[in-house]
Amino acid sequence: MKKSHILAIAVIALAIGIIMSAAGDASVYVSFREARERAADGNLTKVHVVGRLPRDGRKNILGLEYNPTLDPNYFAFTLVDTNRIAQRVIYFNPKPQDFDKSEQVVITGAMRNDVFVADKILLKCPSKYVEKDIQGATASVN
Amino acid sequence: MLNTFIGDLGHLSVIVAFVAATVAAYSYYMAARNQPLGETDASWLRIARGSFFLHGAAVVSVVSCLFVIIYTHRYEYYYAWSHSSNHLPVYYMISCFWEGQEGSFLLWIFWQVCLGLAIIAFNKRWEAPVMAIFAGVQLFLTSMILGVVLLNVKVGSSPFILLRDFLTDAPFIQSNPNFIPKDGTGLNPLLQNYWMVIHPPTLFLGFALTLVPFAFAIAGLWKGEFTKWVKPALPWALFGGLVLGVGIMMGAYWAYETLNFGGYWNWDPVENAVYIPWLVLVAAIHGMVLWQRSKTALRTSFVLVITTFLLVLYATFLTRSGVLGNASVHSFTDLGLSGQLIIYLAAFVLLAVGLLVWRWKEIPVSEKELTTYNSELWVFIGATVLCLGAFQVLVTTSIPVYNAFLGFIGIKSNLALPADQIAHYTKIQLWIGVFVALLSGIAQIMWWQKNDKESLSNSLTVPGILTLLGAALVILLVQYNKLQMSAVYIVLLTTALFGVLANLSMVLTLIKRKVSLSGGGVAHIGIALMLLGILASAGYSNIISKNSSGLVYSKEFPEDINRDNVLLWRNETARMDGYDVSYTGQYFDVPGVPNYVNKELLFRTDDEFKALARAEIKQGDKVYFKAGDTVEILPENTYYRVEYKNKESGEAFTLFPRAQVNEEMGGLLASPDIKQFASHDIYSHISSVPDPRKEKDWSEVKEHVLSVGDTIFLNDYFAVLRAIEPAHETAGLGLKQGDLAIQGDFVVFGEKKSYHVHPVFVVRNRLIGRVPDEVEDLGLRVSFVNVDPSNKKFTFGVSTTQKDYIILKAVEKPFINLLWSGTLLMAVGFGMALVKRRREARAGVALPNTSTPLKAQPSKASRQVA
Repeated sequence: MKKSHILAIAVIALAIGIIMSAAGDASVYVSFREARERAADGNLTKVHVVGRLPRDGRKNILGLEYNPTLDPNYFAFTLVDTNRIAQRVIYFNPKPQDFDKSEQVVITGAMRNDVFVADKILLKCPSKYVEKDIQGATASVN
Repeated sequence: MLNTFIGDLGHLSVIVAFVAATVAAYSYYMAARNQPLGETDASWLRIARGSFFLHGAAVVSVVSCLFVIIYTHRYEYYYAWSHSSNHLPVYYMISCFWEGQEGSFLLWIFWQVCLGLAIIAFNKRWEAPVMAIFAGVQLFLTSMILGVVLLNVKVGSSPFILLRDFLTDAPFIQSNPNFIPKDGTGLNPLLQNYWMVIHPPTLFLGFALTLVPFAFAIAGLWKGEFTKWVKPALPWALFGGLVLGVGIMMGAYWAYETLNFGGYWNWDPVENAVYIPWLVLVAAIHGMVLWQRSKTALRTSFVLVITTFLLVLYATFLTRSGVLGNASVHSFTDLGLSGQLIIYLAAFVLLAVGLLVWRWKEIPVSEKELTTYNSELWVFIGATVLCLGAFQVLVTTSIPVYNAFLGFIGIKSNLALPADQIAHYTKIQLWIGVFVALLSGIAQIMWWQKNDKESLSNSLTVPGILTLLGAALVILLVQYNKLQMSAVYIVLLTTALFGVLANLSMVLTLIKRKVSLSGGGVAHIGIALMLLGILASAGYSNIISKNSSGLVYSKEFPEDINRDNVLLWRNETARMDGYDVSYTGQYFDVPGVPNYVNKELLFRTDDEFKALARAEIKQGDKVYFKAGDTVEILPENTYYRVEYKNKESGEAFTLFPRAQVNEEMGGLLASPDIKQFASHDIYSHISSVPDPRKEKDWSEVKEHVLSVGDTIFLNDYFAVLRAIEPAHETAGLGLKQGDLAIQGDFVVFGEKKSYHVHPVFVVRNRLIGRVPDEVEDLGLRVSFVNVDPSNKKFTFGVSTTQKDYIILKAVEKPFINLLWSGTLLMAVGFGMALVKRRREARAGVALPNTSTPLKAQPSKASRQVA
């Protein structure tokens, strides 16, 4: 066998390995129900959950818990996933600034006991154009 | 007045540029068709050149129109309104130009016009076929900013669209179509940074440069000239590798300085989208060098050069089509160009792959089998390793694309990017680094000598021994500092050290012969140093703000949770790892004053960009503003002064991490401040602050009736009413003649210093006005409520608020300077190789390809290599 053939086989083997590793490490978007089932099965791999923050009639977010003077690294909130299942989430970091404004929240992490421990929070804020319209309208007319 | 002329001129120029590119592509194609390389149909060539020049002129006109619109604040245009504002300095107006998708396409188009003209000037022989590809690419790119509706399909998004045509539904547009906003919505303040002025042009020049070798390769396949394209294309490829590499690292440095994820690289898809083609481009350069020297790896060079360009197109598709969605924080907003981008990508994939398949069998292959003692074998393996590294990043970064594709064909997929991206990429990229360092060292030594077992072991001995000694020393030092070093890290450390030393030994030898030969070696040293810098700064970054003493009130999972942030009360000192740290107030950036200015010296006015000086603003002995002067400020950024004192060495320094009001990015954004030492950086950023935009919650006013000389406790601070005095004309008071104004003079004794508090009581036309005074440091506000002249008693109202605090994260990053200095060295190496290859390409006549090995007969130098 020529060296080039050996090299080619090695490269193909490594490429397959790389694909397997990507497939193995890739996470999934799930609902809270599935996240709970996974935890119940002893599967502690981290998942992505997409949800919204529950608000009262005056648009205030319900169930935010952040008291930096007691513990700056403890932030808890409730997230409602797309199937309307609410779940308590804990994030051992300071509350992201302007968490209150966000429309959609993506969290990664896993269920531990009865709470979802998040290690990353991605916020999706309302489209910037919405606010711009209002700003533009208040400017004077030439 | 609504000025539609300049926009119409710009839009017309875009259309001219598009049509001219189409004509140029067709006529260059006709000029080169059925002709051997170097010969052209003169009349077609004349038309082709003319239309490319016209295309270039039209592009310059587009650029000028857009810049004039931004520069003259013509907010009737959507682009100026949404990317610029009245307060923006000129150098940032340049950044607004490419903040939007259209402008960045324009930048790219502009660079390719420049490169096209350079090829017409310098590569005459290749002009027609190469420029046919160039003009073809320009055709696709200009179509992206065309903004024309053809058969009910919108083609491209024009930067010259009027605000009223963009926001057709807005009520203020419907009531008055000629409405022009007074101010724009501004450039994202995150991008108001000098790196953002030069980083995008660098990156887009790098993107544009990948087109040059691609066009040469395609022209070679087309014309059946399979070998001659390499020599003129190689300097361009090296230039591309240099510019793209530097551009990536500029972006990394910007992220390190400006964003707060704690480092320079986040494996964000947008970053990866540039990293992937760069790796493949570097591999392609190695393939081309192999062909130049040993007439091997020609097919590899074709494949890699073509792949690089196609990956740039794929990157464009990823970042601009909206397919990344949630996966990236900083891709462009979706302009609905996905269809056009896919057509662009597909057209070139089909063209390139088709040509390659058609000509594959005709591309010459070297028959000789490479042995272990051929440096070519190891260079080739090194290039393969680079490609595998690119492949991993590509496979993972494309996960959102798989979802989109599966969704398109009707299969629901819920795949997400890995939850721990750093771990996922590191476990492969670290080994890529190991092999790159190792192979670059071995191959560089073998490249310059005739190899057999003996000569190889001779020349590897010295760097090998030094490497082992150095690695042992470092491992001992790491253990001495009570840090762990895993086996993988030891491997990377050893190979990277070997990469530095082996290349260094070769560079030292080569410099004696001819400096210009050592470009490759210098670049390799740079890369190996970068690897060492990454290993040290990322592998041993140490969070010094670990919350060890803080009250932990959540007991749920106390065992394995990192608590990385500390709360610092204003003016109280906290202990943090080896440092005493205190937060001592909020500051603003005042243009014209070199350092930040304490917010307490500034009285904010209704115009948010202006403030009045409450007292002299001076630094050192120089007075910049007197009390009462109007001061211009940059209101978005608040800087928090944090003092560090090293408890061991007593060394003290001050950092000003920043919080920025940034509506586009969702509100309040923190940027770090970095103290650089030779051996490490101290990097710290705000994690949370009481929102500077919100009114404070003041307690109910408590009234105190006092006489001069009385003492009281205000918010737990001891205070004396020293006097009642006529009020001076101070900032913001606006006293008029006939006003009666008096003020209380309190001294409040705080933790670190005492404060004068002057609440003012004004009588104007029998109306009473009260101007309270606030001490932000102490969370205290005093107002002068009433005067009882008969008893000489004065009533003061006192309210308090929660004391100001910040939540801080601080990280120590050891030896990060190795990364930056390695980057510079890599750039220098690329530059040296570029100069050498360009000289060879211009020499025109191929040098004889016989080589005299260095070791055997060092006197007979000169080979045409590396």
